[in-house]
Amino acid sequence: MLDTPVSAPPIIELRGVAKYYGSTAALHNINLSIANGEFLTLLGPSGCGKTTILRLISGFESPSRGELLLNGEDITDAAPERRQVNTVFQNYALFPHMSVWDNVAFGLKMQRRSRAEISDRVSEVLRRVHMEALADRKPRQLSGGQQQRVAIARAIVNNPLLLLLDEPFSALDFKLRKQMQLEIKHLQRQIGITFVFVTHDQEEAFAMSDRVAVMNEGEIRQIGSSQEIYEEPENLFVAHFVGEINVLEATITSRLDDGAYTANVEGKDFKLRSKREFEAGEDVKVLLRPEDLIVYLENEHPFTGQFFLGRIDEAIYKGATVDILLTLDSGRKLQAAEFFNEDDVDISYSPGDRVALSWVEGWEVVLDSEGE
Amino acid sequence: MPRLPGGGGSAFRAFGISVTWFWLGAFALLPSLALLLVSVLDRGELDFFIPALTLGNYRELLGPVFLRVLWDSVRLAFFSTLVCLLAGYPFAYHIARARPKWRPWLLLLVIIPFWTNSLIRTYALILIIGAQGMVNRLLMALGLIDAPLVIMYTDFAVFVGLTYTLLPFMVLPLYASIEKLDTNLLDAARDLGAGSLRAFWHITLPLTLPGIVAGCMLVFLPSLGIFYVPEILGGAKNMLLGTFIKNQFLVANNWPLGAAASAVLTLALILMAGLYRLSSLRVAGREKKGLLGGNGDGKNPRREAANLPEAALR
Amino acid sequence: MMRSLKRAYMGLVYAFFYLPLFVVFVYSFNSGKYTTNWGGFSTRWYESLVSNSALLDAALNSLMVAVCAASLATFLGTLTALSVKRYHFPGRRVMYGGIFLLTVSPDIVMGISLLVMFIALKMELGFVTILLAHTTLCAPFVAVTVLARLEEFDEHLIEAARDLGASEAAAFRHVLLPLAFPAIAAGWLLSFTLSMDDVLISTFTTGPSFEVLPVKIYSMVKLGVKPDVNALSAIMFLFTLFFVLLAQAVSQIRRKQ
Repeated sequence: MLDTPVSAPPIIELRGVAKYYGSTAALHNINLSIANGEFLTLLGPSGCGKTTILRLISGFESPSRGELLLNGEDITDAAPERRQVNTVFQNYALFPHMSVWDNVAFGLKMQRRSRAEISDRVSEVLRRVHMEALADRKPRQLSGGQQQRVAIARAIVNNPLLLLLDEPFSALDFKLRKQMQLEIKHLQRQIGITFVFVTHDQEEAFAMSDRVAVMNEGEIRQIGSSQEIYEEPENLFVAHFVGEINVLEATITSRLDDGAYTANVEGKDFKLRSKREFEAGEDVKVLLRPEDLIVYLENEHPFTGQFFLGRIDEAIYKGATVDILLTLDSGRKLQAAEFFNEDDVDISYSPGDRVALSWVEGWEVVLDSEGE
Repeated sequence: MPRLPGGGGSAFRAFGISVTWFWLGAFALLPSLALLLVSVLDRGELDFFIPALTLGNYRELLGPVFLRVLWDSVRLAFFSTLVCLLAGYPFAYHIARARPKWRPWLLLLVIIPFWTNSLIRTYALILIIGAQGMVNRLLMALGLIDAPLVIMYTDFAVFVGLTYTLLPFMVLPLYASIEKLDTNLLDAARDLGAGSLRAFWHITLPLTLPGIVAGCMLVFLPSLGIFYVPEILGGAKNMLLGTFIKNQFLVANNWPLGAAASAVLTLALILMAGLYRLSSLRVAGREKKGLLGGNGDGKNPRREAANLPEAALR
Repeated sequence: MMRSLKRAYMGLVYAFFYLPLFVVFVYSFNSGKYTTNWGGFSTRWYESLVSNSALLDAALNSLMVAVCAASLATFLGTLTALSVKRYHFPGRRVMYGGIFLLTVSPDIVMGISLLVMFIALKMELGFVTILLAHTTLCAPFVAVTVLARLEEFDEHLIEAARDLGASEAAAFRHVLLPLAFPAIAAGWLLSFTLSMDDVLISTFTTGPSFEVLPVKIYSMVKLGVKPDVNALSAIMFLFTLFFVLLAQAVSQIRRKQ
């Protein structure tokens, strides 16, 4: 994995960028640097501003405030055709009246490259995306995946400093999407161009990216590696947006040394760990992923360490795992996901069973009462 | 669309937009205002109008002469529109539900009369319904009548003529809205226990309402204005609105009165255009507005009619 | 049962559309002077049309107006469609509303309002006035035809072209215009027929010095059924047929690929 972009000079930098449409703000004060060669994903629900960032970088919109630097150069007011940035559009936007070849050659023709150079570069890039055999076809004669490849070829043939991809897989079916994710990731490693990818699909973001920026309501709520985002969400929005999560109410009772606290969680005393600073008496939220919870049937529990007691409401068979919906004695409803225990295939969870619930100490995330 | 950085294309943009505004202003807005102005001016002895304001022209419209003209015209236009709708709906429906292989051709056969000069088509009708026309000769040959029926120069002839010339203008917008209708909706309605009639009443009819309104607009308005159909088929017996307006301008030289009479047509236009917008907004509902959004779903009834080939033959 | 009933109904309506035109066409070859009886096949009425110099003059005038008006309207309508499709600007909805109203407004109102304006501006009724009027009549049709075509395409095409380094002008030239071309051509052909056929607006916007064919035909038709009018009607119908079919064929270009 790449280092965080502190050491390498950023290929693109957004400084204090804001975008307003009339009085409504699409983006507030975005600061973002992307390192050369990085694969960064903007992840968020629709309307969060992720596509607006893309359109600001490509030049189809200009920011209401702030500036954009591409490779150290101010491009805030440069026209789209003057930016060494290319886009793969959501529905590909392939020119329907041109062949695959002509689509891919379009950018080079606009740059008035020599015929020989165009020919070389187009064939090379078509070979790279395995489309050389279909060069004479028209876009409408291609399958969705093939159109996707042409759209990518048309963009990368220009050797952009930055390739922008706007939900490029949304038109593909599940299986093809998985395949194209791998293909694109592979291609990116091969050619080493910086990719900025936009999606609302968390799994897709995690599978492909070096870093993920989670956005909501025009702000970047967290930026980090997939693992950081999933395991160390910085706020409730991120925690909820990526995967399932349980939120428990707690009050800090005292502060121990090295980032440990004692707290009253749902009426029981627990020891918690957090990098954050809290004070005794502060209300906090304790976040736990379903798969981090360990469920014991009550009669099998050793009753040592810290645990909750509760009752199973529903057990949902998922193949590799079983999802357990349960209610703590405090009344809070939680969700746990258990892998089948190879050693104990007979274990079964049924509604009404009494259970004890614990987790590995230190896997919890503690946020303040605002969820930040 | 947002302002593009770099101001690219601003010259073309400014040119395209200003030329369009100029044309709309100079050849649509200005003449309409001029017409409106003339309708409140006095009639001159030598000039077509003199600059003296009066409401006398509109008062004259309330007199028995014009009210008679208006009544006859609206009645005829109404029945022609109604018959076009009743005849055109099942016709358009069957085209829309015909096999995809046949559909473009069936449609083309409607598009041809749509674009054919309706003067020629009106003339052709004389050969059918005239005293020596096909209908009379057929009926006489069959021995059903002894003397030719008098069809020409009656209100009925005008009614037939209007229906004949304007039916394609009803069918094409109807077709456009019926073709767009998702047949799954009908299946769903049937699945939920609606009989075919009730499915039609609750699903098909409301969803094709914009097509119905558009068709009615494209039949009703012209049938008030086309003066040559009543003049050719109806003789000089009953004057209708189109002829009345034309005569004020070309014969009686009473422009202010003619301008005032045309206000009736303009009023009908505004009413029906408003109705169309309402109905298409309702059907579009909360769905994404068309790019233009200018009239609800970004559709234009004439466009649907005139350009159907575009959509249908795809 | 339902099926054959349906077919019978469809057949009836189509017969209603085409039978009168067919009869006109057949009788245009009737050598007899009256429509009552078939006097044998002849092209004499077509020949008499060709020798009618007043009619030929009117036809020539009409052709001139139709070519010029269709070209102007195509230019104007295409410009409008491209602007409305490509740009957002204040009053865009009003502009679209205006075009919409023009396409549905009754021809007679357009005719008299233009007449009033021309007279108020002291313009002499003739070639220029009828040309301006027909351009105004046709341009909205071209605009909606071209717009309809443009809306079939991905809205990001222009952006894609600019993203790939094309200037706004190059994007229009290489992407939008080629795509819109079939609609532009169809728009021209339909404008041409519209202008050749227009009676209502021509009646008001041309003067005695510049007679056009549709108005001339109207004055002939008013006198009742005449064999030479049959021939003229047949020609006009075939003429429209040709142009409509051509427009249809043109608008299919690049669609079936």
